[in-house]
Amino acid sequence: MLYREAGQFKSSYAADQQLFPIRQDRIGIILLLAVAFLVIPLVAGEYWFSAILIPFLIFALAALGLNILTGYAGQLSLGSAAFMAVGAYAAYNFQLRVEGIPILFSFIGAGLTAAGVGILFGLPSLWIKGFYLAVATLAAQFFIVWCLTKFPWFSNHSSSGVISAQKVVILGHVFASPREKYLLVLSIVAVLALAAKNMARSSTGRAWMAVRDMDVAAEVIGIRLLPTKLLAFAVSSFYCGVAGALYAFCYLGSVEPDGFSLDMSFRILFMIIIGGMGSILGSFLGAAFILLLPIFLDIALPWLAGLFGLPFSNATVSHIQILVFGALIMFFLIVEPHGLARLWQIGKEKLRLWPFPH
Amino acid sequence: MRFFLEVLISGLLSGVMYSLVALGFVLIYKASGVFNFAQGAMVYLAALAVVGCMEKGAPLWLAVLLAFGIMTLFGIATEKFVLRKLVNQPPIALFMATIGLAFFIEGLAPMVFGSDPRALDIGIVDEPIEAILNGWGMVISKFDLAAAAIAAVLVTTLALFFQYTRIGRALRAVADDHQAALSIGIPLQHIWAIVWGVAGFVALVAGMLWGARNGVQFALTFTALKALPVLIIGGFTSVPGAIVGGLIIGASEKLAEIYLPALMQSAFGGNFGGIEGWFPYVLALGFLLVRPEGLFGEKHIDRV
Repeated sequence: MLYREAGQFKSSYAADQQLFPIRQDRIGIILLLAVAFLVIPLVAGEYWFSAILIPFLIFALAALGLNILTGYAGQLSLGSAAFMAVGAYAAYNFQLRVEGIPILFSFIGAGLTAAGVGILFGLPSLWIKGFYLAVATLAAQFFIVWCLTKFPWFSNHSSSGVISAQKVVILGHVFASPREKYLLVLSIVAVLALAAKNMARSSTGRAWMAVRDMDVAAEVIGIRLLPTKLLAFAVSSFYCGVAGALYAFCYLGSVEPDGFSLDMSFRILFMIIIGGMGSILGSFLGAAFILLLPIFLDIALPWLAGLFGLPFSNATVSHIQILVFGALIMFFLIVEPHGLARLWQIGKEKLRLWPFPH
Repeated sequence: MRFFLEVLISGLLSGVMYSLVALGFVLIYKASGVFNFAQGAMVYLAALAVVGCMEKGAPLWLAVLLAFGIMTLFGIATEKFVLRKLVNQPPIALFMATIGLAFFIEGLAPMVFGSDPRALDIGIVDEPIEAILNGWGMVISKFDLAAAAIAAVLVTTLALFFQYTRIGRALRAVADDHQAALSIGIPLQHIWAIVWGVAGFVALVAGMLWGARNGVQFALTFTALKALPVLIIGGFTSVPGAIVGGLIIGASEKLAEIYLPALMQSAFGGNFGGIEGWFPYVLALGFLLVRPEGLFGEKHIDRV
């Protein structure tokens, strides 16, 4: 009754092609942004900003990056954390070595650097696909982290490659409190997410999806494979790079290369599998799910164990966490390969017919 | 020169261990077209199961038998509850499902059998062979040699099994063409269960050798990841490829670890240890550019 497009006529091409063609969606997204920008900063506490909201947005951005590559262009990558590391270290070095560069330019530079590295490791994607490519991206994962640890130039000769991010200053204003950092991260993520949404419905996005569904057929209808795949690698790495820069500058403050481990790459991959591959919304849902699940288990498991009087240790919690992650991945791939985003879509379909399903 | 030979031989011998893990990958990939990322986790599970059973007081032979039973049951369960439900999905989805499976095992195994690193004693000592040490001045470990011998026996047995038994023939038929195999009445599901059982057995052997050498610990799963570049070099579908690939990876990573850091140090300054961590992957990456199907793999032809 509330959610339907009946009566919303599109009288121009532009109206038909807009980002959110249904009016309720437009209102919804505006409401969502309004809540995120206006309400949350007023009500949320320090803990919420620095432990949940900021990492959620950053990982959602990284997941978005991986989703562009894996969900839209169909190229599996196990090295997204390494591209985040490239972004973090690039932003640090831009701030350190370029006199007076504005921080936003550093972030863009970080994204571009990561994009360059991404193209480099994406080059083999023309020859190879599927799990072969996964191995190529594993090479990126291990090689990049090793490079950042061993070449002292990247971390300005600090011990074991640890960097401390510089202050975030924009137009003379220092972003110091978690609330300000949250707003900064939120603005960047919102802009990039809308850009991704826009890209996904453009000819670029359609070319990616064609390559994903069947690359030989895509080639036959005139999509040039190499530029398309490399663009996917570049855009994906750009997103991951910006996410990495934000991770260092707005979340942790000081990072080391080993922090961007294979485990983190897997976690980002799990986000898009659970959230939904080939969906912008899915990246956000998946990031929220994967970040909140450990917190939930941390609280629920000791309580459950207490209920049944079982012995309990912290090691068990972490084992159960890994086990639940694995089980969920298999569950989602079997039951709902399109993830949480698909469930949301089904909900919307139902809502469209409600209250008179036929 | 002697030092070079020593490094080369110890590299080759440790490569045998990679081959063993890679072998499990190849078996499953050939028979079901699934790239089983969880093979490394299965090696970990097998080693933990042996150690866990021995801690409960079982003698080695019983522990091995029990572990084999666990691996077989586990393989059958995987086939039944995960892979069978994913029939007709794109290979990439299957691959990701096995990543999930790997995490599942990595969480479950230490919960059941305990997570602290433990030594596994299988009765072979890791010490240099004296005759070679005295005569040639080279350190060659008895253990490595024994591992190589076990691997050779295992591969020969598998080859004979595939070549001459009824089940082996059926396995090869399935590997060749699923549909054709089905149409002449080969029960696909049984075959897959058997393959997972055999892969579990290979994982058990690999897990015991690795565990006896480096202790049974979580790091086993990372070492097992090195089987991936082995497969790329050897080809995904070839048993000899897995062996040769393993030898190449083992030897080249040891040589790189010994000789490259010094070279890089003189060029850039600083300390460049730990090349072993990425060298196999980059080598495999380079290999992909030249020969994507691997040394012994079948050439892949796409049809529209």
